[in-house]
Amino acid sequence: MAAATSVWRQPSILPGFGIALGITLSALSLIVLVPLVALALKAASAGPADIWAVTTSPRTLAALRLSFLGALFAACINAVFGMILAWVLVRYDFPGRRFIDAAVDLPFALPTAVAGIALAAIYAPNGWVGSLLAPYGIKIAYTPLGVMVALIFVGLPFVVRTVQPVLQEMQADVEEAAALLGAGRWRTIFTVILPPIYPALLTGFVLAFARAVGEYGSVIFIAGNVPMVSEIAPLLIVIRLEQFDYAGAAVVAMLMLLISFGLILFVNLIQARARRRFGDV
Amino acid sequence: MSVAVTIESIEKRFDAFAALRGVSLDIQPAELVALLGPSGSGKTTLLRLIAGLEQADQGRVLFGETDMRDLSLRDRRIGFVFQHYALFRTMTVGENVAFGLKSRPRAQRPEPAEIRKRVGDLLELVQLPGLDKRYPSQLSGGQRQRVALARALAIEPRVLLLDEPFGALDAKVRKDLRAWLRDLHRRTGHTTVFVTHDQEEALELADRVAILNDGRIEQVGSADDVYDHPATPFVCEFLGEVNKLPVKVVGSQAFFGDRPVLGGLSQNQGGQAALYVRPQHLRIVDDLPLALPGVVEHLRRNGPLRRAEVAVQGLAKRLDVDLASQVAPAIGERIRLRITHGSLFAAA
Repeated sequence: MAAATSVWRQPSILPGFGIALGITLSALSLIVLVPLVALALKAASAGPADIWAVTTSPRTLAALRLSFLGALFAACINAVFGMILAWVLVRYDFPGRRFIDAAVDLPFALPTAVAGIALAAIYAPNGWVGSLLAPYGIKIAYTPLGVMVALIFVGLPFVVRTVQPVLQEMQADVEEAAALLGAGRWRTIFTVILPPIYPALLTGFVLAFARAVGEYGSVIFIAGNVPMVSEIAPLLIVIRLEQFDYAGAAVVAMLMLLISFGLILFVNLIQARARRRFGDV
Repeated sequence: MSVAVTIESIEKRFDAFAALRGVSLDIQPAELVALLGPSGSGKTTLLRLIAGLEQADQGRVLFGETDMRDLSLRDRRIGFVFQHYALFRTMTVGENVAFGLKSRPRAQRPEPAEIRKRVGDLLELVQLPGLDKRYPSQLSGGQRQRVALARALAIEPRVLLLDEPFGALDAKVRKDLRAWLRDLHRRTGHTTVFVTHDQEEALELADRVAILNDGRIEQVGSADDVYDHPATPFVCEFLGEVNKLPVKVVGSQAFFGDRPVLGGLSQNQGGQAALYVRPQHLRIVDDLPLALPGVVEHLRRNGPLRRAEVAVQGLAKRLDVDLASQVAPAIGERIRLRITHGSLFAAA
């Protein structure tokens, strides 16, 4: 029975492991791995010297820094506000709750270009919000700040929608127990409410972060796209392509891919640890 | 440490639904009181009101002499045990039990070593020594509920409130925990109120039982009081199986049809009435006065007892009769029944 207990053929009364694994691997290869390998090959075709030159060029570094730091910042903001929003939606019933609940999904559904145009119109120096801030010398549209605003906008639903079901499952009686045991509100939040939802919050954070790193449509309208200042990495890739510099575009793309993969892998490892400890979440 | 709890004409509505309609109850220090009732009777709402987790529309709750609303949740020092444990699952058993002590203001907080010792003592008390490093997900239901109790006892509560504490557990564990809780209460002497829909649990555990129905207290009394002398038909039916006989009271006797079935009545209530008789209060007798003739239609085994279903002429429902002796009548046999004890309620 050695074959039956090997890693590839696990004994189970539920049939279909072989065929399901086959389909999974084929689909994953065709849709994800093959294009990525092609990308890697394209990037490699540039030769070591060119790869190094593109990688270390100030414009590439500035674009990558803006993309990743901007995405990180936006994901952090989303984690805090998305978490509060989810908690309010779960714990309280107020007029308009369903409306707000539905509105959370809009950034998912909207074509990102529409979002970009809308944000640019509002935050431009002559827009509703922009005109209020302009007298104080705060510029949002056409600056890195504008990039963040767009990234926060597109990432919010991820945090809300991952945290919401976990909060829903968490009975209110746990909060009541903490209050009756004499815990203040802050102690309850940080020791009782937050720890069980950290894994979900982390998932939402990663999804929001990943979405923000890859975001293109909404950002280019509000960013102004000044090289070295408000130019994001995905835009740099498009610019390289328009200049027929395919290898250069592939190198920037490859750098984004490696950094993203590393970050997401890291977060998944943290999560796996939490899951082992407290059971499934 | 324990304190008397006085509940004064509490009323509570949830939108259109009146959960409590004027409930008053005095609970003595160190007393163990059960709130018993069917679901929707308001018993859990009343418990949550005592804890301050709900606010009354009318009336007040006093702890000793103090109105509960003058105290913050922390100062009320209420130990509350939830039906579904409500343990903090990201904390170990030890951290769960220590939570209340660690939540105290810095000046009143015991030293870490003292907290560790208290947690050890409490886990000893709930018979879970050495489990302080486990997580709640690694415990059985009965163990979790005992951790929840230890956590509630850690704050040295003035009142201990338990909301269907054994509701989510299986029958065997419930019985064990029941005896254990009775013993624990005898040793610690906290004023305790617990909610249950299980009349057996309430009768066995509590010093006094308060039976709730439809937002009102129907009767409060010791187990013997409420079981043997139910104040209302509802209490009588809720506390156990019962046969109902329409009777007519004339003088000191109750008549079923034109046949006297129960004598020696002291109540001066003539006219139509309903006689409630428990199965164990019907005895098969030889020909005697005050006997009710019937035919045995069915025999059943009910745990340790054997039970006969007896058809009586003029009564649509067969009477349940617990058989006292080993000698059972045969099916189809004609017998006579004598009512040894019954509760009489005026016909509605």
